Amino acid sequence: MLLRLSTVAVLMFGFGFAMVPFYDQICAALGVNSLVPIERAAAKNTQINRARTVSVEFDANSHDLPWRFRPLVRHLNVHPGELAVIEYEVVNARSHAVTGQAVPSYGPARAAEYFKKVECFCFEQQTLAGGEVRRMPVVFVVDPSLPKDIHTVTLSYTFFEVAGRGGRS
Amino acid sequence: MSAVVDSHGHGHEHHHDHHGGYSGIMRWITTTNHKDIGTLYLWFSFIMFLVGGAMAMVIRLELFSPGLQWVNPDFFNQMTTMHGLIMVFGAIMPAFVGFANWLIPMQIGAPDMAFARMNNWSFWILPFAASLLVISFFMPGGAPGVGWTMYAPLTVQMGIGMDFTIFAVHLLGMSSIMGSINIITTILNLRAPGMTLMRMPLFCWTWLITAYLLVAAMPVLAGAVTMTLTDRHFGTSFFNAAGGGDPVLYQHIFWFFGHPEVYIIALPAFGVISQVIPAFSRKPLFGYASMVYATSAIAILSFIVWAHHMYTVGMPVTGQLFFMYATTLIAVPTGVKVFNWVATMWKGALSFETPMLFAIGFLFLFTLGGFTGLVLSLAAVDIQLHDTYYVVAHFHYVMAIGAVFAGFAGIYFWLPKWTGRMYDEKLGKWHFWLSTIFINMTFFVQHFSGLAGMPRRVPDYPLMFETWNKISSIGAFGFGLSQFLFLYIVLKAIRSGEKAKDKQWEGADSLEWTHLPSPAPYHSFETQPVIK
Repeated sequence: MLLRLSTVAVLMFGFGFAMVPFYDQICAALGVNSLVPIERAAAKNTQINRARTVSVEFDANSHDLPWRFRPLVRHLNVHPGELAVIEYEVVNARSHAVTGQAVPSYGPARAAEYFKKVECFCFEQQTLAGGEVRRMPVVFVVDPSLPKDIHTVTLSYTFFEVAGRGGRS
Repeated sequence: MSAVVDSHGHGHEHHHDHHGGYSGIMRWITTTNHKDIGTLYLWFSFIMFLVGGAMAMVIRLELFSPGLQWVNPDFFNQMTTMHGLIMVFGAIMPAFVGFANWLIPMQIGAPDMAFARMNNWSFWILPFAASLLVISFFMPGGAPGVGWTMYAPLTVQMGIGMDFTIFAVHLLGMSSIMGSINIITTILNLRAPGMTLMRMPLFCWTWLITAYLLVAAMPVLAGAVTMTLTDRHFGTSFFNAAGGGDPVLYQHIFWFFGHPEVYIIALPAFGVISQVIPAFSRKPLFGYASMVYATSAIAILSFIVWAHHMYTVGMPVTGQLFFMYATTLIAVPTGVKVFNWVATMWKGALSFETPMLFAIGFLFLFTLGGFTGLVLSLAAVDIQLHDTYYVVAHFHYVMAIGAVFAGFAGIYFWLPKWTGRMYDEKLGKWHFWLSTIFINMTFFVQHFSGLAGMPRRVPDYPLMFETWNKISSIGAFGFGLSQFLFLYIVLKAIRSGEKAKDKQWEGADSLEWTHLPSPAPYHSFETQPVIK
């Protein structure tokens, strides 16, 4: 009896750990909890809608970071579904290397899910040597299913300095 | 009915009984006697009840007025965390294990627990676990302020106090698992001839089922805190998102333990109530078999409802619906139990001594807590009420009132059997009324502040919640002070109470009342009685 019940206890201890892969499997199977929702990973319709023009405005800020950060074009007219490329320029005003992370935001906020970035400097941290100047591209597509009442989308980036974990150098 | 088979143990003859080879403190450290260990459990849990209660007083003192007056937010968080952990693992659970130790061997006609030395061990682990919890306050960074649920990722970032808490949880878990193995084996193997499973007092049944729950659920908690420990120190990433882990996974594992835990606390309380209500109704328990089946149904269902504690983590609607339906289903067997208790009282020859008052108080207030539980089980409603004081009110109605009132009912009920002396009935009634009024003052108003949106685990709040919090705090101070009256009543009974009759309650019909004198002799049922 003692042995049998202890076995149950040990098995249940193992069960706690068995929940880890089990949980991953369930999340993968149901598509919950993944950062990139499966059905939205790529723009569904790649057809370019030439009948419609959306005005995209670009904005840049840096938060507590001595970087000069600006878009090379302030404004661009694109057709939904069309691949567009623009460039941002960033200058490190400090004399030593600094690591930063750009965080995008959108206006209006509900435009965010229709704004697909194919390539962006915000996908990874940027480390600039002292005084370095860097030009960084953003490649994006505005999804053709963008609601009809949105005529202007503002893409705004804010650079934050990466502190902690190997950041502040 | 009251056939006394053992002439030992009348009054002072108690001390002539054989107490093993030691006297003084060594008697208690080395004891393997189920009655001694039961007593140790009960005193330990009462001390922890006062410690956890003192922490609740700090919480209510800070919440007496908006703004920060007495403690800083860090210390406040440590108070809520430790209050929860100590009350659940240090006070309520050991109290019912204490009841189990005292009563199960006597109720099934066994001479002692099946593994007597392991029984000693499972108690003496507890003081060490409790010390670890208390020591964590003096560590750099203080005790963990993560909430009693110990959610990642906060636990991964806490100071060294967290490690003390993790080891304390390991020890508490081992203690409960050993205790449960002991209880299951005792009930299945040591019953007196004729004492079939379906003739056992319901208290034994609820404990049998609880013990199975403990053996199945406690190791899962041990696993969860072990994962936290290896995440903290050994470079694993179970819950660390930066390493590919998931903090929500912790919540799933924790609540897989956590929901059965709720019934681990509630079922023994149901057992006590199922002994007390028939005794003072002078009728057998209504629907005994349905009580057994309802208890089992609750136990089984308790393993498939855990995610109703986490409706807001972003699970799919299908998941929410499943857990919502499963949870509302638990209301059915619980409803059966409440119905049976009321039906037991129906047309009974009722009398209202203190144990019965606490039992009726339990019945009324536990059901109220059950109703708010039903409200919270609805996913759509819960998203509004999640982590508000409504939840605090709900689980204090079922635990702080439900389990604790059942504990008081049990102690007043069996004190004459344990000590051979009666408590002061008048003071007992005072204790009941003071406790009932103050505890409702404390928690009833929290429904309102919760509905209005006051979040839990926050030391400060907007001005509009002030009145409710003032009432709640005054109630809490009153309830806290009333418990010293309880201590006085118990001590007074032990020192100078009237001699109790062997069958103090005429309606009580289990073996400890019908076959044993009061106080119960140190060694009982060395020859097992035959149940006809």
